[in-house]
Amino acid sequence: MVTVPVLFVGFLVWVPAILSMVLSFGSWNGIGEIDQIQWVGTKNYSDIVNIYPPFWPAMRHNLIWLLFLFLGPTLLGMLLAVILDRNMRGSRFYQTAFYMPVVLSLALVGFIWQLFYSRDQGLINQVFNSEVDWYGDSSVNLWAVLVATAWRHTGYIMLIYLAGLKGVDASLREAAAMDGASERQTFFQVVFPVMRPINMIVVVIVVIESLRAFDLVWVVNRGTNGLELIGALVAQNVVGEASRYGFGSALAVIMMLISTVFITIYLRNVFKEDRP
Amino acid sequence: MSATTATARSRRRTGKPAHQTEGGALSQPRGTIATVIMAVLALLWLFPLIWAVLNSFRSYAYTQRNGYASLGGWTLDNYRNVWENAGLGKYFVNSVIITVPAVLLTLFLSSLVAFVLARFSYRFNLALLALFLAANLMPPQALLIPVYRMFREIPLPLFMSETGVVLGSYWGLIAINVAFQMGFCTFVLANYMKTLPHEIYEQAQIDGASVWRQYWQLTMPLVRPALAALATLEVTWIYNEFFWATVLLGGQGDKFPITSALNNLRGQFFVDYNLLSAGSVLVALPVLIVFFVLQKHFVAGLTLGSTKG
Repeated sequence: MVTVPVLFVGFLVWVPAILSMVLSFGSWNGIGEIDQIQWVGTKNYSDIVNIYPPFWPAMRHNLIWLLFLFLGPTLLGMLLAVILDRNMRGSRFYQTAFYMPVVLSLALVGFIWQLFYSRDQGLINQVFNSEVDWYGDSSVNLWAVLVATAWRHTGYIMLIYLAGLKGVDASLREAAAMDGASERQTFFQVVFPVMRPINMIVVVIVVIESLRAFDLVWVVNRGTNGLELIGALVAQNVVGEASRYGFGSALAVIMMLISTVFITIYLRNVFKEDRP
Repeated sequence: MSATTATARSRRRTGKPAHQTEGGALSQPRGTIATVIMAVLALLWLFPLIWAVLNSFRSYAYTQRNGYASLGGWTLDNYRNVWENAGLGKYFVNSVIITVPAVLLTLFLSSLVAFVLARFSYRFNLALLALFLAANLMPPQALLIPVYRMFREIPLPLFMSETGVVLGSYWGLIAINVAFQMGFCTFVLANYMKTLPHEIYEQAQIDGASVWRQYWQLTMPLVRPALAALATLEVTWIYNEFFWATVLLGGQGDKFPITSALNNLRGQFFVDYNLLSAGSVLVALPVLIVFFVLQKHFVAGLTLGSTKG
Protein backbone atom coordinates (compact mmCIF):
# COMPACT_ATOMS: atom_id res chain seq x y z
CA MET A 1 0.00 0.00 0.00
CA VAL A 2 2.87 2.38 0.62
CA THR A 3 5.01 1.33 -2.35
CA VAL A 4 3.58 3.71 -4.93
CA PRO A 5 3.61 6.78 -2.64
CA VAL A 6 7.17 5.98 -1.55
CA LEU A 7 8.26 5.65 -5.18
CA PHE A 8 6.71 9.03 -5.95
CA VAL A 9 8.42 10.87 -3.16
CA GLY A 10 11.61 8.88 -3.57
CA PHE A 11 12.08 9.49 -7.27
CA LEU A 12 10.83 13.05 -7.35
CA VAL A 13 12.28 14.41 -4.12
CA TRP A 14 14.99 12.28 -2.57
CA VAL A 15 16.78 10.98 -5.67
CA PRO A 16 16.95 14.52 -7.10
CA ALA A 17 18.21 15.75 -3.74
CA ILE A 18 21.11 13.30 -3.90
CA LEU A 19 21.73 14.04 -7.57
CA SER A 20 21.92 17.76 -6.76
CA MET A 21 24.71 16.97 -4.32
CA VAL A 22 26.58 14.83 -6.86
CA LEU A 23 26.21 17.37 -9.66
CA SER A 24 27.44 20.17 -7.44
CA PHE A 25 30.96 18.73 -7.75
CA GLY A 26 30.92 18.77 -11.53
CA SER A 27 30.87 21.15 -14.45
CA TRP A 28 28.18 20.50 -17.04
CA ASN A 29 26.16 22.58 -19.46
CA GLY A 30 23.35 20.04 -19.31
CA ILE A 31 23.05 19.76 -23.08
CA GLY A 32 25.49 16.90 -23.67
CA GLU A 33 25.36 13.43 -22.23
CA ILE A 34 26.16 12.60 -18.66
CA ASP A 35 29.70 11.46 -19.56
CA GLN A 36 30.54 15.02 -20.50
CA ILE A 37 30.49 16.09 -16.89
CA GLN A 38 33.91 17.22 -15.74
CA TRP A 39 34.48 16.64 -12.10
CA VAL A 40 35.91 19.76 -10.57
CA GLY A 41 35.81 19.01 -6.86
CA THR A 42 34.73 21.92 -4.72
CA LYS A 43 35.48 24.53 -7.36
CA ASN A 44 31.81 25.45 -7.77
CA TYR A 45 31.52 26.22 -4.09
CA SER A 46 34.66 28.33 -3.95
CA ASP A 47 33.54 30.19 -7.09
CA ILE A 48 30.16 30.92 -5.57
CA VAL A 49 31.65 32.32 -2.40
CA ASN A 50 34.54 34.19 -4.04
CA ILE A 51 33.68 35.37 -7.54
CA TYR A 52 29.91 35.06 -8.12
CA PRO A 53 28.67 38.65 -7.66
CA PRO A 54 25.00 38.01 -6.81
CA PHE A 55 25.68 35.38 -4.13
CA TRP A 56 26.34 37.55 -1.10
CA PRO A 57 23.61 40.06 -1.94
CA ALA A 58 21.24 37.09 -2.25
CA MET A 59 22.28 35.72 1.13
CA ARG A 60 21.84 39.14 2.65
CA HIS A 61 18.40 39.55 1.06
CA ASN A 62 17.26 36.15 2.28
CA LEU A 63 18.40 37.09 5.77
CA ILE A 64 16.62 40.47 5.62
CA TRP A 65 13.56 38.60 4.36
CA LEU A 66 13.71 36.30 7.37
CA LEU A 67 14.22 39.05 9.94
CA PHE A 68 11.51 41.17 8.40
CA LEU A 69 9.00 38.32 8.38
CA PHE A 70 9.70 37.67 12.05
CA LEU A 71 9.66 41.23 13.31
CA GLY A 72 6.80 42.40 11.11
CA PRO A 73 4.03 40.09 9.97
CA THR A 74 4.77 37.22 12.35
CA LEU A 75 4.54 39.37 15.46
CA LEU A 76 1.58 41.26 14.04
CA GLY A 77 -0.18 38.01 13.15
CA MET A 78 0.38 36.73 16.67
CA LEU A 79 -0.95 39.96 18.17
CA LEU A 80 -4.02 39.84 15.93
CA ALA A 81 -4.66 36.26 16.96
CA VAL A 82 -4.42 37.13 20.67
CA ILE A 83 -6.89 40.00 20.27
CA LEU A 84 -9.28 38.15 17.96
CA ASP A 85 -9.28 35.12 20.21
CA ARG A 86 -11.25 37.17 22.74
CA ASN A 87 -14.98 37.34 22.35
CA MET A 88 -14.92 40.41 20.22
CA ARG A 89 -17.74 41.75 18.11
CA GLY A 90 -17.07 41.22 14.41
CA SER A 91 -14.21 38.84 15.07
CA ARG A 92 -15.24 36.66 12.15
CA PHE A 93 -15.22 39.61 9.75
CA TYR A 94 -11.75 40.71 10.83
CA GLN A 95 -10.39 37.20 10.54
CA THR A 96 -11.75 36.93 7.02
CA ALA A 97 -10.24 40.27 6.04
CA PHE A 98 -6.78 39.32 7.25
CA TYR A 99 -7.04 35.86 5.90
CA MET A 100 -8.20 36.64 2.38
CA PRO A 101 -4.76 37.40 0.86
CA VAL A 102 -3.52 34.01 2.04
CA VAL A 103 -5.57 32.19 -0.59
CA LEU A 104 -3.99 34.20 -3.40
CA SER A 105 -0.79 33.04 -5.07
CA LEU A 106 2.33 35.08 -4.38
CA ALA A 107 2.63 35.75 -8.10
CA LEU A 108 -0.81 37.32 -8.04
CA VAL A 109 0.10 39.29 -4.93
CA GLY A 110 2.97 40.71 -6.98
CA PHE A 111 0.59 41.89 -9.71
CA ILE A 112 -1.92 43.39 -7.32
CA TRP A 113 0.78 45.41 -5.58
CA GLN A 114 2.07 46.59 -8.91
CA LEU A 115 -1.08 48.73 -9.02
CA PHE A 116 0.41 50.62 -6.08
CA TYR A 117 4.08 50.49 -6.98
CA SER A 118 4.21 51.32 -10.69
CA ARG A 119 6.11 54.51 -11.45
CA ASP A 120 3.67 55.94 -13.97
CA GLN A 121 0.37 54.36 -13.07
CA GLY A 122 0.79 53.34 -9.44
CA LEU A 123 -1.38 54.78 -6.70
CA ILE A 124 1.45 55.63 -4.31
CA ASN A 125 3.19 57.96 -6.75
CA GLN A 126 -0.08 59.56 -7.80
CA VAL A 127 -1.13 60.29 -4.23
CA PHE A 128 2.25 61.52 -3.03
CA ASN A 129 3.27 63.11 -6.32
CA SER A 130 6.51 61.17 -6.26
CA GLU A 131 8.34 59.40 -9.06
CA VAL A 132 9.78 56.34 -7.43
CA ASP A 133 9.90 53.11 -9.40
CA TRP A 134 9.10 50.96 -6.37
CA TYR A 135 9.68 47.62 -8.08
CA GLY A 136 12.58 48.80 -10.23
CA ASP A 137 14.75 50.98 -8.01
CA SER A 138 17.26 48.65 -6.38
CA SER A 139 17.45 50.76 -3.22
CA VAL A 140 13.75 50.30 -2.38
CA ASN A 141 12.43 47.32 -4.32
CA LEU A 142 13.33 44.72 -1.70
CA TRP A 143 11.22 46.59 0.85
CA ALA A 144 8.38 47.03 -1.59
CA VAL A 145 8.33 43.29 -2.20
CA LEU A 146 8.55 42.60 1.53
CA VAL A 147 5.49 44.73 2.25
CA ALA A 148 3.59 42.77 -0.38
CA THR A 149 4.71 39.49 1.23
CA ALA A 150 3.69 40.78 4.64
CA TRP A 151 0.20 41.43 3.34
CA ARG A 152 -0.15 37.70 2.71
CA HIS A 153 2.00 36.32 5.53
CA THR A 154 0.24 38.04 8.45
CA GLY A 155 -3.07 36.24 7.99
CA TYR A 156 -1.36 32.88 7.71
CA ILE A 157 0.46 33.31 11.03
CA MET A 158 -2.70 34.69 12.62
CA LEU A 159 -4.62 31.58 11.69
CA ILE A 160 -1.98 29.22 13.04
CA TYR A 161 -1.96 31.07 16.37
CA LEU A 162 -5.75 31.26 16.51
CA ALA A 163 -5.81 27.49 16.18
CA GLY A 164 -3.19 27.23 18.92
CA LEU A 165 -5.00 29.60 21.27
CA LYS A 166 -8.23 27.64 20.89
CA GLY A 167 -6.28 24.75 22.39
CA VAL A 168 -5.40 26.72 25.53
CA ASP A 169 -7.61 25.48 28.31
CA ALA A 170 -9.96 28.29 29.35
CA SER A 171 -9.80 27.15 32.97
CA LEU A 172 -6.05 27.88 33.01
CA ARG A 173 -6.81 31.49 32.19
CA GLU A 174 -9.56 31.70 34.75
CA ALA A 175 -7.32 30.27 37.41
CA ALA A 176 -4.66 32.84 36.59
CA ALA A 177 -7.24 35.62 36.79
CA MET A 178 -8.43 34.33 40.18
CA ASP A 179 -4.87 34.50 41.46
CA GLY A 180 -4.83 38.16 40.46
CA ALA A 181 -2.57 37.88 37.44
CA SER A 182 -2.74 40.80 35.02
CA GLU A 183 -3.67 40.22 31.42
CA ARG A 184 -0.08 40.60 30.37
CA GLN A 185 1.13 38.20 33.04
CA THR A 186 -1.52 35.71 32.01
CA PHE A 187 -0.39 35.88 28.43
CA PHE A 188 3.34 35.59 29.00
CA GLN A 189 3.23 33.13 31.87
CA VAL A 190 0.20 30.97 31.09
CA VAL A 191 -0.82 31.24 27.46
CA PHE A 192 2.54 31.64 25.77
CA PRO A 193 4.21 28.58 27.35
CA VAL A 194 1.24 26.42 26.38
CA MET A 195 1.72 27.54 22.79
CA ARG A 196 5.36 26.47 22.75
CA PRO A 197 4.96 23.70 20.17
CA ILE A 198 3.13 26.14 17.88
CA ASN A 199 5.87 28.72 18.31
CA MET A 200 8.40 26.15 17.15
CA ILE A 201 6.33 25.27 14.10
CA VAL A 202 5.90 28.95 13.26
CA VAL A 203 9.65 29.53 13.53
CA VAL A 204 10.33 26.69 11.12
CA ILE A 205 7.61 27.79 8.70
CA VAL A 206 8.97 31.34 8.63
CA VAL A 207 12.56 30.17 8.07
CA ILE A 208 11.59 27.80 5.27
CA GLU A 209 9.30 30.35 3.67
CA SER A 210 12.03 32.98 3.60
CA LEU A 211 14.53 30.48 2.25
CA ARG A 212 12.37 29.38 -0.64
CA ALA A 213 10.92 32.79 -1.44
CA PHE A 214 10.81 32.94 -5.21
CA ASP A 215 7.50 33.74 -6.90
CA LEU A 216 7.32 37.42 -6.03
CA VAL A 217 10.81 38.38 -7.12
CA TRP A 218 10.50 36.21 -10.23
CA VAL A 219 7.40 38.02 -11.46
CA VAL A 220 8.96 41.41 -10.70
CA ASN A 221 12.32 41.02 -12.45
CA ARG A 222 13.44 37.38 -12.26
CA GLY A 223 15.45 38.05 -9.13
CA THR A 224 17.92 40.64 -10.35
CA ASN A 225 18.82 44.26 -9.63
CA GLY A 226 18.27 44.43 -5.90
CA LEU A 227 15.98 41.41 -5.66
CA GLU A 228 18.57 38.62 -5.76
CA LEU A 229 17.42 35.64 -3.72
CA ILE A 230 19.13 32.30 -3.48
CA GLY A 231 16.12 30.45 -4.92
CA ALA A 232 16.01 32.73 -7.94
CA LEU A 233 19.75 32.29 -8.55
CA VAL A 234 19.32 28.53 -8.87
CA ALA A 235 16.56 28.99 -11.44
CA GLN A 236 18.62 31.55 -13.37
CA ASN A 237 21.41 29.03 -13.78
CA VAL A 238 19.10 26.48 -15.39
CA VAL A 239 16.48 28.30 -17.42
CA GLY A 240 18.60 31.34 -18.24
CA GLU A 241 20.75 31.67 -21.36
CA ALA A 242 23.78 30.05 -19.75
CA SER A 243 22.80 26.72 -18.25
CA ARG A 244 25.42 25.87 -15.67
CA TYR A 245 24.15 22.73 -14.01
CA GLY A 246 27.06 22.08 -11.67
CA PHE A 247 27.19 25.65 -10.49
CA GLY A 248 23.42 25.84 -10.02
CA SER A 249 23.47 22.55 -8.14
CA ALA A 250 26.06 23.88 -5.72
CA LEU A 251 23.72 26.80 -4.97
CA ALA A 252 20.90 24.30 -4.54
CA VAL A 253 22.94 22.26 -2.09
CA ILE A 254 23.64 25.36 0.00
CA MET A 255 19.87 25.91 0.17
CA MET A 256 19.31 22.29 1.04
CA LEU A 257 21.85 22.30 3.86
CA ILE A 258 20.30 25.36 5.48
CA SER A 259 16.81 23.93 5.22
CA THR A 260 17.90 20.52 6.53
CA VAL A 261 18.80 22.10 9.87
CA PHE A 262 15.28 23.48 10.25
CA ILE A 263 13.52 20.45 8.83
CA THR A 264 15.28 18.41 11.52
CA ILE A 265 14.14 20.80 14.23
CA TYR A 266 10.62 20.59 12.86
CA LEU A 267 10.55 16.80 12.72
CA ARG A 268 11.96 16.47 16.23
CA ASN A 269 9.29 18.83 17.45
CA VAL A 270 6.51 16.95 15.68
CA PHE A 271 7.65 13.53 16.82
CA LYS A 272 8.38 14.47 20.42
CA GLU A 273 4.82 13.74 21.46
CA ASP A 274 4.68 10.51 19.52
CA ARG A 275 7.48 8.87 21.45
CA PRO A 276 6.44 6.85 24.45
CA MET B 1 2.31 49.29 9.88
CA SER B 2 4.91 50.31 12.46
CA ALA B 3 2.54 53.06 13.58
CA THR B 4 -0.21 50.62 14.33
CA THR B 5 1.97 48.26 16.29
CA ALA B 6 3.19 51.26 18.29
CA THR B 7 -0.35 52.25 19.18
CA ALA B 8 -1.07 48.69 20.10
CA ARG B 9 1.88 48.70 22.42
CA SER B 10 0.95 51.98 24.10
CA ARG B 11 -2.58 50.69 24.45
CA ARG B 12 -1.26 47.80 26.41
CA ARG B 13 0.75 49.99 28.70
CA THR B 14 -2.12 52.32 29.58
CA GLY B 15 -4.68 49.55 30.07
CA LYS B 16 -5.34 48.90 33.73
CA PRO B 17 -4.44 45.34 34.59
CA ALA B 18 -6.38 45.41 37.86
CA HIS B 19 -9.68 43.61 37.50
CA GLN B 20 -9.90 40.73 35.08
CA THR B 21 -12.56 38.41 36.31
CA GLU B 22 -14.11 37.41 33.01
CA GLY B 23 -11.81 35.01 31.24
CA GLY B 24 -12.46 35.67 27.58
CA ALA B 25 -13.97 39.08 26.87
CA LEU B 26 -11.99 42.29 26.91
CA SER B 27 -12.72 45.02 29.44
CA GLN B 28 -14.73 47.98 28.21
CA PRO B 29 -12.22 50.75 27.32
CA ARG B 30 -9.75 48.27 25.95
CA GLY B 31 -12.42 46.59 23.91
CA THR B 32 -13.29 49.87 22.21
CA ILE B 33 -9.69 50.71 21.36
CA ALA B 34 -9.09 47.19 20.13
CA THR B 35 -12.18 47.37 17.93
CA VAL B 36 -11.05 50.64 16.36
CA ILE B 37 -7.55 49.33 15.66
CA MET B 38 -8.95 46.11 14.23
CA ALA B 39 -11.39 47.93 11.98
CA VAL B 40 -8.67 50.21 10.61
CA LEU B 41 -6.28 47.32 10.04
CA ALA B 42 -8.96 45.18 8.41
CA LEU B 43 -9.82 47.95 5.97
CA LEU B 44 -6.14 48.43 5.23
CA TRP B 45 -5.89 44.70 4.49
CA LEU B 46 -8.92 44.67 2.23
CA PHE B 47 -7.85 47.77 0.33
CA PRO B 48 -5.47 46.20 -2.24
CA LEU B 49 -8.14 43.78 -3.39
CA ILE B 50 -10.83 46.46 -3.44
CA TRP B 51 -8.48 48.68 -5.42
CA ALA B 52 -7.85 45.97 -8.00
CA VAL B 53 -11.58 45.33 -8.37
CA LEU B 54 -12.35 49.05 -8.71
CA ASN B 55 -9.76 49.66 -11.41
CA SER B 56 -10.75 46.58 -13.33
CA PHE B 57 -14.11 48.27 -14.01
CA ARG B 58 -12.67 51.59 -15.20
CA SER B 59 -11.66 52.60 -18.69
CA TYR B 60 -8.02 53.32 -19.35
CA ALA B 61 -8.83 56.55 -21.17
CA TYR B 62 -10.58 57.88 -18.08
CA THR B 63 -7.82 56.98 -15.64
CA GLN B 64 -5.23 58.39 -18.02
CA ARG B 65 -7.05 61.72 -18.09
CA ASN B 66 -7.95 61.98 -14.42
CA GLY B 67 -5.26 59.90 -12.76
CA TYR B 68 -5.89 56.76 -10.77
CA ALA B 69 -6.77 58.65 -7.60
CA SER B 70 -10.19 59.47 -9.00
CA LEU B 71 -13.54 57.80 -9.44
CA GLY B 72 -15.50 57.25 -12.62
CA GLY B 73 -15.15 55.88 -16.13
CA TRP B 74 -17.00 52.69 -15.35
CA THR B 75 -16.94 50.01 -18.01
CA LEU B 76 -16.90 46.27 -18.53
CA ASP B 77 -14.55 46.47 -21.51
CA ASN B 78 -11.47 45.38 -19.57
CA TYR B 79 -12.99 42.02 -18.80
CA ARG B 80 -14.18 41.57 -22.37
CA ASN B 81 -10.72 42.48 -23.67
CA VAL B 82 -8.85 40.20 -21.30
CA TRP B 83 -11.11 37.27 -21.95
CA GLU B 84 -11.13 37.57 -25.73
CA ASN B 85 -7.65 38.83 -26.58
CA ALA B 86 -5.55 37.06 -23.99
CA GLY B 87 -7.54 33.85 -24.26
CA LEU B 88 -7.72 33.35 -20.52
CA GLY B 89 -10.36 30.64 -20.94
CA LYS B 90 -7.76 28.24 -22.33
CA TYR B 91 -5.46 28.77 -19.35
CA PHE B 92 -8.28 28.19 -16.89
CA VAL B 93 -8.91 24.85 -18.60
CA ASN B 94 -5.18 24.05 -18.24
CA SER B 95 -5.39 24.82 -14.52
CA VAL B 96 -8.28 22.39 -14.16
CA ILE B 97 -6.39 19.70 -16.12
CA ILE B 98 -3.49 20.03 -13.69
CA THR B 99 -5.28 20.69 -10.41
CA VAL B 100 -8.03 18.06 -10.41
CA PRO B 101 -5.90 14.94 -11.02
CA ALA B 102 -3.12 16.26 -8.79
CA VAL B 103 -5.46 16.81 -5.83
CA LEU B 104 -7.23 13.46 -6.26
CA LEU B 105 -3.97 11.56 -6.58
CA THR B 106 -2.42 13.37 -3.62
CA LEU B 107 -5.38 12.55 -1.39
CA PHE B 108 -5.55 8.95 -2.53
CA LEU B 109 -1.85 8.17 -2.13
CA SER B 110 -1.44 10.00 1.16
CA SER B 111 -4.53 8.35 2.61
CA LEU B 112 -2.92 4.97 1.84
CA VAL B 113 0.24 5.91 3.70
CA ALA B 114 -1.73 7.48 6.54
CA PHE B 115 -3.82 4.34 6.88
CA VAL B 116 -0.75 2.15 7.19
CA LEU B 117 0.82 4.56 9.69
CA ALA B 118 -2.30 4.74 11.83
CA ARG B 119 -3.44 1.13 11.59
CA PHE B 120 -0.19 -0.74 12.12
CA SER B 121 2.68 0.05 14.41
CA TYR B 122 5.79 -0.92 12.55
CA ARG B 123 9.19 0.10 13.75
CA PHE B 124 9.85 2.13 10.62
CA ASN B 125 6.62 4.15 10.91
CA LEU B 126 8.38 7.28 12.13
CA ALA B 127 10.98 7.07 9.40
CA LEU B 128 8.24 6.67 6.82
CA LEU B 129 6.36 9.74 8.02
CA ALA B 130 9.63 11.70 8.17
CA LEU B 131 10.35 10.73 4.55
CA PHE B 132 7.12 12.40 3.43
CA LEU B 133 7.04 15.33 5.84
CA ALA B 134 10.62 16.39 5.14
CA ALA B 135 9.92 16.25 1.39
CA ASN B 136 7.07 18.66 1.97
CA LEU B 137 9.47 21.21 3.47
CA MET B 138 12.29 20.87 0.93
CA PRO B 139 12.88 24.03 -1.08
CA PRO B 140 11.71 23.06 -4.59
CA GLN B 141 14.50 25.07 -6.19
CA ALA B 142 17.05 22.75 -4.59
CA LEU B 143 15.70 19.87 -6.69
CA LEU B 144 15.11 21.80 -9.87
CA ILE B 145 18.18 20.75 -11.86
CA PRO B 146 17.94 16.96 -11.52
CA VAL B 147 14.16 16.98 -11.93
CA TYR B 148 14.39 19.18 -15.02
CA ARG B 149 17.06 17.01 -16.57
CA MET B 150 15.37 13.72 -15.63
CA PHE B 151 12.12 14.90 -17.17
CA ARG B 152 13.96 15.77 -20.36
CA GLU B 153 15.33 12.22 -20.57
CA ILE B 154 12.22 10.19 -19.83
CA PRO B 155 10.36 9.52 -23.08
CA LEU B 156 6.58 9.56 -23.34
CA PRO B 157 4.54 8.45 -26.35
CA LEU B 158 3.45 11.38 -28.50
CA PHE B 159 -0.22 10.99 -27.64
CA MET B 160 0.69 11.68 -24.03
CA SER B 161 3.11 14.50 -24.64
CA GLU B 162 3.67 16.59 -27.75
CA THR B 163 7.32 17.02 -26.81
CA GLY B 164 7.85 13.27 -26.62
CA VAL B 165 9.35 13.60 -23.14
CA VAL B 166 7.99 14.26 -19.67
CA LEU B 167 9.35 17.81 -19.71
CA GLY B 168 6.73 20.16 -21.09
CA SER B 169 3.86 17.76 -20.41
CA TYR B 170 1.19 17.81 -17.73
CA TRP B 171 2.23 14.38 -16.50
CA GLY B 172 5.47 15.58 -15.01
CA LEU B 173 3.92 18.67 -13.46
CA ILE B 174 1.11 16.68 -11.86
CA ALA B 175 3.57 14.09 -10.53
CA ILE B 176 5.85 16.68 -8.95
CA ASN B 177 2.92 18.46 -7.32
CA VAL B 178 1.74 15.16 -5.87
CA ALA B 179 5.20 14.31 -4.55
CA PHE B 180 5.50 17.66 -2.80
CA GLN B 181 2.00 17.82 -1.33
CA MET B 182 1.76 14.27 0.00
CA GLY B 183 3.73 15.02 3.17
CA PHE B 184 1.27 17.50 4.60
CA CYS B 185 -1.77 15.37 3.72
CA THR B 186 -0.23 12.20 5.09
CA PHE B 187 0.57 13.94 8.35
CA VAL B 188 -2.93 15.37 8.80
CA LEU B 189 -4.71 12.18 7.75
CA ALA B 190 -2.55 9.93 9.91
CA ASN B 191 -3.29 12.07 12.96
CA TYR B 192 -6.96 12.05 12.13
CA MET B 193 -7.06 8.29 11.63
CA LYS B 194 -5.30 7.71 14.93
CA THR B 195 -8.27 9.24 16.72
CA LEU B 196 -10.61 6.56 15.35
CA PRO B 197 -11.40 3.91 17.99
CA HIS B 198 -9.28 0.81 17.54
CA GLU B 199 -12.20 -1.51 18.31
CA ILE B 200 -13.75 -0.99 14.87
CA TYR B 201 -10.73 -2.67 13.32
CA GLU B 202 -10.84 -5.56 15.76
CA GLN B 203 -14.48 -6.08 14.84
CA ALA B 204 -13.66 -5.90 11.14
CA GLN B 205 -10.85 -8.40 11.67
CA ILE B 206 -13.28 -10.83 13.28
CA ASP B 207 -15.70 -10.33 10.38
CA GLY B 208 -12.88 -11.30 8.05
CA ALA B 209 -12.54 -7.96 6.23
CA SER B 210 -9.34 -7.68 4.24
CA VAL B 211 -6.91 -4.83 4.92
CA TRP B 212 -7.96 -3.23 1.65
CA ARG B 213 -11.62 -3.33 2.66
CA GLN B 214 -10.77 -1.94 6.09
CA TYR B 215 -9.14 0.97 4.30
CA TRP B 216 -11.70 1.66 1.61
CA GLN B 217 -15.01 0.80 3.28
CA LEU B 218 -14.30 1.47 6.93
CA THR B 219 -11.65 4.15 7.28
CA MET B 220 -12.21 6.35 4.25
CA PRO B 221 -15.88 7.19 5.00
CA LEU B 222 -14.91 8.09 8.56
CA VAL B 223 -12.17 10.53 7.56
CA ARG B 224 -14.38 12.41 5.11
CA PRO B 225 -14.23 15.68 7.10
CA ALA B 226 -10.43 15.67 6.99
CA LEU B 227 -10.47 14.80 3.28
CA ALA B 228 -12.83 17.70 2.57
CA ALA B 229 -10.61 20.11 4.48
CA LEU B 230 -7.47 18.88 2.72
CA ALA B 231 -9.10 18.93 -0.71
CA THR B 232 -10.02 22.58 -0.21
CA LEU B 233 -6.49 23.50 0.82
CA GLU B 234 -4.81 21.47 -1.91
CA VAL B 235 -7.00 22.88 -4.66
CA THR B 236 -5.91 26.41 -3.77
CA TRP B 237 -2.28 25.43 -3.29
CA ILE B 238 -1.91 23.59 -6.56
CA TYR B 239 -3.95 26.19 -8.43
CA ASN B 240 -1.58 28.82 -7.03
CA GLU B 241 1.59 26.82 -7.71
CA PHE B 242 3.91 28.94 -9.79
CA PHE B 243 7.49 27.68 -9.64
CA TRP B 244 7.20 24.18 -11.11
CA ALA B 245 4.64 25.17 -13.71
CA THR B 246 6.85 28.01 -14.91
CA VAL B 247 10.04 26.00 -15.24
CA LEU B 248 8.69 22.60 -16.31
CA LEU B 249 6.30 23.91 -18.96
CA GLY B 250 8.74 26.67 -19.85
CA GLY B 251 8.92 26.20 -23.60
CA GLN B 252 5.20 25.49 -23.89
CA GLY B 253 3.52 28.82 -23.09
CA ASP B 254 0.19 27.49 -24.35
CA LYS B 255 0.10 24.82 -21.69
CA PHE B 256 0.64 27.15 -18.73
CA PRO B 257 -1.92 27.09 -15.96
CA ILE B 258 -3.52 30.45 -15.32
CA THR B 259 -1.19 31.52 -12.49
CA SER B 260 1.94 31.20 -14.64
CA ALA B 261 0.15 32.39 -17.78
CA LEU B 262 -0.69 35.73 -16.21
CA ASN B 263 3.00 36.42 -15.78
CA ASN B 264 3.69 35.47 -19.39
CA LEU B 265 0.87 37.56 -20.77
CA ARG B 266 1.85 40.64 -18.84
CA GLY B 267 4.09 42.25 -21.42
CA GLN B 268 1.97 41.19 -24.38
CA PHE B 269 -1.61 41.90 -23.47
CA PHE B 270 -1.74 43.75 -20.20
CA VAL B 271 -0.50 47.02 -21.59
CA ASP B 272 -2.37 49.07 -19.02
CA TYR B 273 -3.13 48.57 -15.38
CA ASN B 274 -6.87 48.45 -15.76
CA LEU B 275 -6.45 45.37 -17.92
CA LEU B 276 -3.95 43.92 -15.47
CA SER B 277 -6.48 44.50 -12.67
CA ALA B 278 -9.17 42.68 -14.60
CA GLY B 279 -6.81 39.78 -15.28
CA SER B 280 -5.78 39.60 -11.63
CA VAL B 281 -9.37 39.65 -10.43
CA LEU B 282 -10.29 36.85 -12.82
CA VAL B 283 -7.36 34.72 -11.64
CA ALA B 284 -8.19 35.41 -8.00
CA LEU B 285 -11.88 34.64 -8.46
CA PRO B 286 -11.79 30.81 -8.34
CA VAL B 287 -9.76 30.68 -5.12
CA LEU B 288 -11.79 33.45 -3.51
CA ILE B 289 -14.99 31.56 -4.34
CA VAL B 290 -13.52 28.36 -2.92
CA PHE B 291 -12.45 30.31 0.14
CA PHE B 292 -15.85 31.91 0.80
CA VAL B 293 -17.93 28.85 0.05
CA LEU B 294 -15.68 26.40 1.90
CA GLN B 295 -14.16 28.70 4.52
CA LYS B 296 -15.01 26.25 7.27
CA HIS B 297 -13.06 23.45 5.57
CA PHE B 298 -10.24 25.77 4.69
CA VAL B 299 -9.63 26.89 8.25
CA ALA B 300 -10.18 23.36 9.56
CA GLY B 301 -7.49 22.03 7.23
CA LEU B 302 -4.83 24.43 8.44
CA THR B 303 -5.89 23.90 12.02
CA LEU B 304 -5.52 20.15 11.64
CA GLY B 305 -2.06 20.68 10.24
CA SER B 306 -0.71 23.08 12.82
CA THR B 307 -2.03 21.52 15.98
CA LYS B 308 -1.80 17.81 16.33
CA GLY B 309 -5.09 16.15 15.48
